[in-house]
Order: sequence, then C-alpha cells, then structure tokens
Amino acid sequence: MSKDMAGEMKSGEEAHKAMKITVNGEDRYFDAPLSIAGLLTSLGIAGGKVAIERNLEIVPKSAYDTIGLSDGDRIEIVHFIGGGA
Amino acid sequence: MATALKLCILSEEALEGETDMTNQATDTDPLIIAGRVFSSRLIIGTGKYKDYAENAAAAEASGAEIVTVAVRRVNLSDPSAPMLVDYVSPEKYTFLPNTAGCFTGEDAVRTLRLAREAGGWSLVKLEVLGDEKTLYPNMPETLRAAELLINDGFEVMVYCSDDPIMARELEDIGCCAIMPLGAPIGSGLGIQNPVNIRLIVEQAKVPVLVDAGVGTASDAAVAMELGCDGVLMNTAIAEAKDPLQMARAMRHAVIAGRQAYLAGRMAKRLYADPSSPLAGLI
Repeated sequence: MSKDMAGEMKSGEEAHKAMKITVNGEDRYFDAPLSIAGLLTSLGIAGGKVAIERNLEIVPKSAYDTIGLSDGDRIEIVHFIGGGA
Repeated sequence: MATALKLCILSEEALEGETDMTNQATDTDPLIIAGRVFSSRLIIGTGKYKDYAENAAAAEASGAEIVTVAVRRVNLSDPSAPMLVDYVSPEKYTFLPNTAGCFTGEDAVRTLRLAREAGGWSLVKLEVLGDEKTLYPNMPETLRAAELLINDGFEVMVYCSDDPIMARELEDIGCCAIMPLGAPIGSGLGIQNPVNIRLIVEQAKVPVLVDAGVGTASDAAVAMELGCDGVLMNTAIAEAKDPLQMARAMRHAVIAGRQAYLAGRMAKRLYADPSSPLAGLI
C-alpha cells in the first residue's frame, strides 16, 4: 500500500470516527461514547494485568467502566515485563 | 584499610541454634525488608533471558523470593503475546517493580505509580540513572524522587552510588533498603568498592544490598562477606552460558558468603602459622 493510500484511508476513517485517541503513542480513531473498559475490549487487552494513565493521570481499575474518553485523550497502557537492575 | 575490611565477629545469638548450615542461613536468619520476612537473600532480575520459561526456571533454581520487574507499554499490535506474570507468578514471588531506564525523578515516580496500580504493591525499587554509558545513578534526582515516593506511601528500596554520605541521606529520609552498586550495571566486574560497601554496611540500620556488578558466584560471596544483607543480580545469571547452573551457584554463593560473615573470618597474617602442633615433633 502506498503512503498516499494509507493517508487517504486514515482521513476517511477520521471522517467517520468521532474521536482521535493516542494510545501508547499511536493515534487511533474510535466512535464516541467509549469507556476505558470499552477501549481495552476493542484493543483485545485484558484489564486485570495492566495499569492505565489518561492524560498523565492514573485511572483506578474501579473506574474503567465509568470514565468516558474524549477526543484528543492520551492514553498509556502498561504492564510488567522482565527487567533487571 | 585492613581495619575497614576486617569483618565483624558475631554475637553469640547468631552462632546458636541450627547445626544444619542451610537452615542457619535462612530460617533463623531471615532478611527483613520493610517488615516483610524473606529466607532468601538473593534477589534476581527478570531481564535478558532467552524467554520467560528460562527466566522462570532460573528463578526457581536461584531460590530467590523477590524478583525485579519493569513497567513498559503493552504491545498493541500483539496484545496476546506471552506475559511475564504467566510464567513468574506474583503469587509465588514478591514482585519488585523497578524504574530501570528512568533518567528523571518525575519519570521514576510516574512509573512506580503505574506499577502500584497494575500490581497493588507499595514495595518498589527506585533507580534514577544519570549517564547512559555507565548507568550510574543520578543521586540528587534519586533523593528527590525517593522523598516524593515516600510521601506518597511507597516503601522504597533505592539503587545508589557507593557514597556513604548519600546512603545515610537516603536512610534518613526513610528508604527501607540501601542498594549501592558494586560495579556498573551489567558489567560483571565484581565488587570494585569493598571499602565503601563496608562503610555503608557499618552505618546502616536498614538492609544494605549490593545491586549491580556481580559477575560470578565469588562476587556474590564477597558482597555477603562484607556484611551486606543481600545481593541483587540479573545479567550474571541471564548471560551465563548455562543460566540455571549459574542460578544454583548464586544461591549457594549468597548462603556461603552470609555464613562466612556470620562465622567471623580468621585474622590475616603476613607469615605462615602451622596448623599441626609443633610439640612432640620427632
């Protein structure tokens, strides 16, 4: 796929989807309304083993269902990996 | 220097009890960090292994009860990739989230707040690096981050330089374990600073663990013979040709070093002293 085509598809997608959410540094497009739990489901990530930051603030697990995402939100989804000193 | 390196003689209490050597170094001589009791004095990292299965086997072979873990972004393109927790269970091991790779106090604090949310653990290892080539700690940033974390309810084990004054400052602000490097992270150079490590051990009222520099079993034993309360290592096991064998070696080295420290070594002499009596010589 050429860069131009990818760009066109992206803008096409942008036109249909209301919100741009930056997840782990990648721009993704979603329909509103969307909760944190909904975001995890659409990304195929199990919520139990991760921690989430929304616009630099930690989202408690208990709020995954209730917190709604807004256009332009920056989300970080992290988990534990192997690491030493 | 000889005085600084001379090892302490133990209280009678430590010499009493179990005759089984392994038990003496574990059951009756636990490592206590922030009120948590551990029988192993070896902490291992979980980086650099071939895969998580090898990592889990090495952890088992080392006898470690605490493993350090890193906090990183989930891979969005493959969210079902194998996860550390599926191999090294947080039910079995105490997970010690660390801030390896952080170069500012803010990054370190942000990382550990996320770690606490992901795992629910307040015992953490702070590490604020100051230089990419040596991975030496940035001590002013480390002190600042430690204070922020302690005020936020964390129990902070802290990677630090081998400066006894810095170590004392960290203890004074409430760090629960002091973790000076024995040599640069991942270098495997062994304990390059026995005098400084010993000075830190002598003054500290919280556990002191050598956090970096161990390359092989004798290095771990040296750290323990200096009176350290424990040793943290990663590369020495993960990059050994046979990590499992090295994990076992490290387990024994830490126990041996601890027992040698508790036993109180003989004095060094400049000349020979015969081991057989001279009286009755034919």
